[in-house]
Amino acid sequence: MHIATATPAWAMLAYLVAGICFILALRGLSSPASSRKGNRYGMAGMTLAVGTTLITHMNVGIIEIAIAIGIGAVIGLVTARRIAMTDMPQLVAAFHSLVGLAAVLVAAAAYLNPQAFGIVDAAGQIFTVSRIEMGLGIAIGAITFSGSVIAFLKLNGNMSGTPIMLPGRHLINIGTLAAIIGLIGYFLTDQSPWIFWTVTALSFVIGFLLIIPIGGADMPVVVSMLNSYSGWAAAAMGFTLQNTAMIITGALVGSSGAILSYIMCKAMNRSFISVIAGGFGAAPEAGSGGAAKVDRPWKRGSADDAAFLMSQAEQVIIVPGYGMAVAQAQHALREMGDLLKKEGVRVKYAIHPVAGRMPGHMNVLLAEANVPYDEVFELEDINGEFAQTDVAFVIGANDVTNPAAKTDKSSPIYGMPVLDVEKAKTVLFVKRSMGGVGYAGVDNDVFYMDQTMMLLADAKKMVDDICKALQH
Amino acid sequence: MDFISILSIFVMACFVGYYVVWSVTPALHTPLMAVTNAISSVIIVGALISSAAAGVAIAKWLGLLAVVLASINIFGGFAVTARMLAMYKKKER
Repeated sequence: MHIATATPAWAMLAYLVAGICFILALRGLSSPASSRKGNRYGMAGMTLAVGTTLITHMNVGIIEIAIAIGIGAVIGLVTARRIAMTDMPQLVAAFHSLVGLAAVLVAAAAYLNPQAFGIVDAAGQIFTVSRIEMGLGIAIGAITFSGSVIAFLKLNGNMSGTPIMLPGRHLINIGTLAAIIGLIGYFLTDQSPWIFWTVTALSFVIGFLLIIPIGGADMPVVVSMLNSYSGWAAAAMGFTLQNTAMIITGALVGSSGAILSYIMCKAMNRSFISVIAGGFGAAPEAGSGGAAKVDRPWKRGSADDAAFLMSQAEQVIIVPGYGMAVAQAQHALREMGDLLKKEGVRVKYAIHPVAGRMPGHMNVLLAEANVPYDEVFELEDINGEFAQTDVAFVIGANDVTNPAAKTDKSSPIYGMPVLDVEKAKTVLFVKRSMGGVGYAGVDNDVFYMDQTMMLLADAKKMVDDICKALQH
Repeated sequence: MDFISILSIFVMACFVGYYVVWSVTPALHTPLMAVTNAISSVIIVGALISSAAAGVAIAKWLGLLAVVLASINIFGGFAVTARMLAMYKKKER
């Protein structure tokens, strides 16, 4: 049916091989040992896809293209080298926005010059099926772009992480979405520019509107969701170009992001809809008894106390959270772990799936600090061990340790899987001050338990002081 | 290729994606996002086609701009993934 695309058979095979390379790239990530090889498969696939396109389309402009790739390569490589590991969520959000914008530009170029893509019939009309694909491509691309820009600004601290709630936002959002879908439908019968550009503009707006009401703690879901969108945008353009590499990749990335969003939602016991609706963490819930609990007694400990308790322990489990990332305490923490191991203490790390601002954020930071990955455990693998553990050392985490999630049905975090730190013989809780609450805005009973000692200080400074005490 | 063949590839790839991604260890979820970012920039193929096409000047320039953006992602994405993966080490024994 699409006679105009005369892609040679060898090129189609090459794109297929590129797609397979991308599958292998993700397959490699099933273990750290095979992951580096996987990444090389990814690079090989990309080289193959780009090379094939250049060979089959070497009409004009190879110099401009080389310059464009060169500019991108320099910016990309410099950024990748310089970025701090703690800033990885922002970087990923920024990268998502670029994929989104690139999809928009490609869809726009295809609309303006459909002959180049071989998607017009003899009368100069764009094929109906291509119109759907193009409409979807530009809409998803634009949503990915503007949504990722907002996510970037929130993660980077240029914009407050507190949700921005517009009055009647659900109505506005549903109305805008309906308009986009309606216009894409109308685009099938009429390929006038105003429809195409209105879809584009509305999609930029909806991306923006969808992300502003979502709070900082829900960012792992948002980043994963945008990851998924960037994949679907690539897939839609792959349909337009009838390119298997793009379709396979789009499907892989789309399902990857969707699965990550699902894992994150499950780890917070929230439905995807409630995350998208936004507003979580807007204000502390007055009804959850927070006010009555303010004046409960708690114990404060010093770095020396903590050092003594941990050096006497048989096993210490360290529970890091976003606060560790903010304080850049991962290197100091590893040093503390090493000193404890010298004393004969078994040290393990427990990671909650939503600790940090993106999936796997804590794991990367610990890896950066040279913590061996076989000392780092996921929630379900280590939760049973707290009962046989002498010290649980919580640093920069809060909601993910809150036992209210298991017992208090009125708590906003009820039902969320949490790390059972309260079962350890002693809990050391590093926190800036007693005033602050976690992102969910709820008090944590662990603070007031008999076996808990609060270490109130900046996370990095506290760990440094513990290290000093351990060296004596 | 007709639409149904392309759709078949797409649906199959979704299933492959589903199983492959579930087998990714949670410890590598951040590198997973970085690398999926890099590979979704395969959209550069579309950008290259419009950059190389004669005819509509503005489409060519949009294409070139998309080539720059996708290249940032490709080089940046793979490089930062490689940088992260290099840090994952086993215990020295």
